[in-house]
Amino acid sequence: MRPFKYARATSEAEAVQLVSATPTAKFLAGGTNLLDLMKEDVERPTQIVDLTRLSHLAQIRPTLNGISIGALATNAQVANHPLVRQNYPLLSRAILAGASAQIRNMATVGGNLMQRTRCPYFYDTAMPCNKREPGSGCAAFHGLNRMHAIFGYSDKCIATYPGDMANALYALDATVKIRGANGQERTIPIRDFHRLPGDTPEQDNNLQHGELIVAVELAKNDFAKHSYYLKVRDRASYAFALVAVAAALALEGDRIKQARVVLGGVAHKPWRSTEAEDALVGKEATEANFRAAAEAAMKEAKPLAHNAYKVELGKRAIVLALQRAMDETI
Amino acid sequence: MARYIGKEMSRVEGIAKVTGRAKYAAEFRVPNLAYGFIVSSSIAKGTIKSIDTREAERAPGVIRVFTHLNAPKFRNDPQDRSFRALQSDRIYFNMQPVALVVAETYEQARYASRLVKVDYNAEKHQTDTEALLASARDPSHGRGTRVRGNPEVALREAPVKVEAEYRIPIEHHNPMEPHAAIAFWEGDRLTIFDKTQGVYEVRRHLASSFGIPEEDVTVISPFVGGAFGSALRPNYYPTLTAMAARELKRPVKIVYTRTQMFAGHGYRPYTIQRVALGADRSGKLTAIIHEAVHNTSSFEEFDDNTTGFARQVYACPNLRASLKIVSTDLHTPTWMRAPGAVSGMFALESAMDELAYALKIDPLQLRLINYAETDPESGKPWSSKALRECYLLGAKKFGWEKRKFEPRSMRDGEWLIGWGMATGVWGAFQAPAAARITLRADGTAHVVSATSDIGPGTYTAMTIIAAEFLGLKPEQIKFELGDTRFPRAPLEGGSMTTASVGSAVHGAAMAIVARLLDLANRNEDSPLKGAAASDVELLDGRLQLKSDPSRYVDAFDLMKRHNLNEITETFEARPSREREDYAMLAHGAQFVEVKVHSELGIVRVTRIVEVTACGRIVNPKTAHSQEIGGVVWGIGMALQEATEVDHRYGRIVNPNLQHYHVPVNADVLEVETIFVEEDDKIVNPLGVKGMGELGMVGIPAAIANAVFHATGKRIRELPITPDKLL
Repeated sequence: MRPFKYARATSEAEAVQLVSATPTAKFLAGGTNLLDLMKEDVERPTQIVDLTRLSHLAQIRPTLNGISIGALATNAQVANHPLVRQNYPLLSRAILAGASAQIRNMATVGGNLMQRTRCPYFYDTAMPCNKREPGSGCAAFHGLNRMHAIFGYSDKCIATYPGDMANALYALDATVKIRGANGQERTIPIRDFHRLPGDTPEQDNNLQHGELIVAVELAKNDFAKHSYYLKVRDRASYAFALVAVAAALALEGDRIKQARVVLGGVAHKPWRSTEAEDALVGKEATEANFRAAAEAAMKEAKPLAHNAYKVELGKRAIVLALQRAMDETI
Repeated sequence: MARYIGKEMSRVEGIAKVTGRAKYAAEFRVPNLAYGFIVSSSIAKGTIKSIDTREAERAPGVIRVFTHLNAPKFRNDPQDRSFRALQSDRIYFNMQPVALVVAETYEQARYASRLVKVDYNAEKHQTDTEALLASARDPSHGRGTRVRGNPEVALREAPVKVEAEYRIPIEHHNPMEPHAAIAFWEGDRLTIFDKTQGVYEVRRHLASSFGIPEEDVTVISPFVGGAFGSALRPNYYPTLTAMAARELKRPVKIVYTRTQMFAGHGYRPYTIQRVALGADRSGKLTAIIHEAVHNTSSFEEFDDNTTGFARQVYACPNLRASLKIVSTDLHTPTWMRAPGAVSGMFALESAMDELAYALKIDPLQLRLINYAETDPESGKPWSSKALRECYLLGAKKFGWEKRKFEPRSMRDGEWLIGWGMATGVWGAFQAPAAARITLRADGTAHVVSATSDIGPGTYTAMTIIAAEFLGLKPEQIKFELGDTRFPRAPLEGGSMTTASVGSAVHGAAMAIVARLLDLANRNEDSPLKGAAASDVELLDGRLQLKSDPSRYVDAFDLMKRHNLNEITETFEARPSREREDYAMLAHGAQFVEVKVHSELGIVRVTRIVEVTACGRIVNPKTAHSQEIGGVVWGIGMALQEATEVDHRYGRIVNPNLQHYHVPVNADVLEVETIFVEEDDKIVNPLGVKGMGELGMVGIPAAIANAVFHATGKRIRELPITPDKLL
């Protein structure tokens, strides 16, 4: 990797200040993604600000209205936390569907939100990629795009967001708490956190440079009884999703009061299907209604040369995830 | 009866490996070491127009940047067309080395490698085998097309026939240990620590490249962290490492990155096969046509012998088997575990399953109907063949008789159950090999041979064989390998090491016995007077008559009486003449249960019973480990492995372990491996056959056949990923 300066932050303010001061600075948390990308010469930060000593950012604690998960809590800590397992089993399941035990022990909640695409063209500096090098072109668009987006892509970029955890956070309407360059805190609703590629695929999300994720907050909800995370992948573990579905239902009597259907592996961000959700609300939790929701979810899909299978697979995965959300009552 | 052969023994080098004491090529500590990092090309074909190394040379720690402009030329060797780096401005394949940066640390070298700027004159490349089929040709040194009987007519007249094409993508070996070398020169003498399956091959390659006598090159490779064929050929990094060390007059180390391995050591070629089978209504095969085409590079021919073994599997009077190659602008392919056999048998055994369904005959029955009692290719008798026993035992263990014939007829909730089977085949090769034994008067022995142990358990097997025939305990034996200062042994490849090197160790032990007998019988009162070497054996220090162990001489007293602290014998074992009168193969039968998710197309290999017959088993513990490893490889090949090339760029897009999938623990469920031992007096003195490759040969077909049984979908293009089953 290229030489870089290293600083260990002793406070949030210092961390933010250090990164803000240098346009090519980066925060370092678990390092499971950033260090790999630095070795491949994809990321080229000149300054690394190590957050890992900011232990207060690793806390997971109940709030009046739910739970606050510190940005430095590891994936393993979050997935195994009793409050998460009890009140947000969808989140626990999604995290455990990702990566490997070793990586989950290192990877953090904040870092996971920042995870960059796994598009192979993004990883190889010998090939064009607008996300890595704006203006160089998208090699994947007419290339090997079996793993790529079917929703929301542009002619500049067809990459997918690779994470699992965020799919659950989208379904659970999380809020991302951020400390800004001016020391102010602000919040971003999770649905607005990641971006679609548009003309600026180099920007994965809506953070400003220097802004630090300090926590992810979840409000109480009625989804704990009926939720499921279904991930379809090429091998049983340690593989990115072909399609993933975070499904959650809240029932009132026989009727669906609230529904969440978020798809992973299909877009540049977790793809919340309001079409599927709208098709479910007010209906009974029947297979026919789930199928209708799945059809609605995939109606606008625009597959590429090698990923048309995601449309059919996505429909089936949605139906199954909703069925299991009903079956696996806690 | 054998004391050690056939009994389970843990790896003798196991503790050294798990404690880190075992040193792999890149781990040797050499003073004043410099680190090389290879700069790889970004085009597939063309020439280097210009190369600017100035910025790299100015980077911290950089000692020198080698390119084709300043690197010395290696000697041309017409016998060795393997690629050597930095010899000209020509680019033959993507990720070909175009520069070598040497620096004081690895990190400095790697960083500076980013600063080398290369301009190319790119030329139109072609990396797609499918687009080159019109140019397919016979390999110039290949086995060509083999015909017996009249296959075309027989096929035309066959009342039942099947015909289909099968495809296997490029696959890479991906051993855990990356390829690496450390080289240093003392005057004109070169020493190199290398990851290799054959130290003598590397020595010949280096001596020839530098134009120095082979005796002046020492190659050391005591431990190899997996290779699977990827370290059979010398590859281009040892010459590069030695060149840099000579030019800089200091030791140099080069280690491939995982990505560089994908263009650094070869791969299983992209293979297209057509199989046509004809049979009568009873299921008896009347015609086999098996054609294969695979790719090679533009500068070197590689022949995977794809259709070789398949000729010998079934009794069928009419057969045509051929292999053609096409030149692609990729690096040269190489042997990868079960080379040719696993590819050929994927096609043939898938086709046999298709035929079984066309005939409505149980797939196992179809194999038994066509069982080859003698070698259908040569007509020779088998030296031994317990394949029928493998079929029957495997079927029994698996519960095959409960199988319902119709596809999609077995189910477990959301999961479709499929049961499939296939045949495995590999050779019983033996190559000339030598070993040296030094027996010491203190009751210990030092045994050496320049073989390799890439994981199968060679250290342990040779220790067992030496202990058996020297009559010592295994802990009294020290076996060493992987060093050109030891007697010559063949490459550890083709599953022939135990047969070849084991026979040499056995022979050297016999020579020790003969020598001791000679010493003993110099004494007029020897109780062994008149005995021939074959009449006596060593056991716990006694040289005794086999027929009457009460007649013995204490071997170590005998040595001391003759003032001998040690005696040394070297023996070269060669394949016997008798082998030529027989056909020799190792066989196996695989039974596989898969569960395929009815909606999502996910395949789980829930159960595998593999029964193999490969002669005598020296160490069941490591032998089972070999077969289990082979099964796991078969799972990877069937379901996951594929090197993807973007033909627009002629470049591999998944050269890393996040994108190139191999099985993880969660993919491997119940695996049972069973041996049917064969008493084979022909193959070699130990009666052992190849097993390391054998274990995977039938697995991809058995899995594909099980997937068909589960789903009714015949997948003829590997790997079988969920999208193909929707």
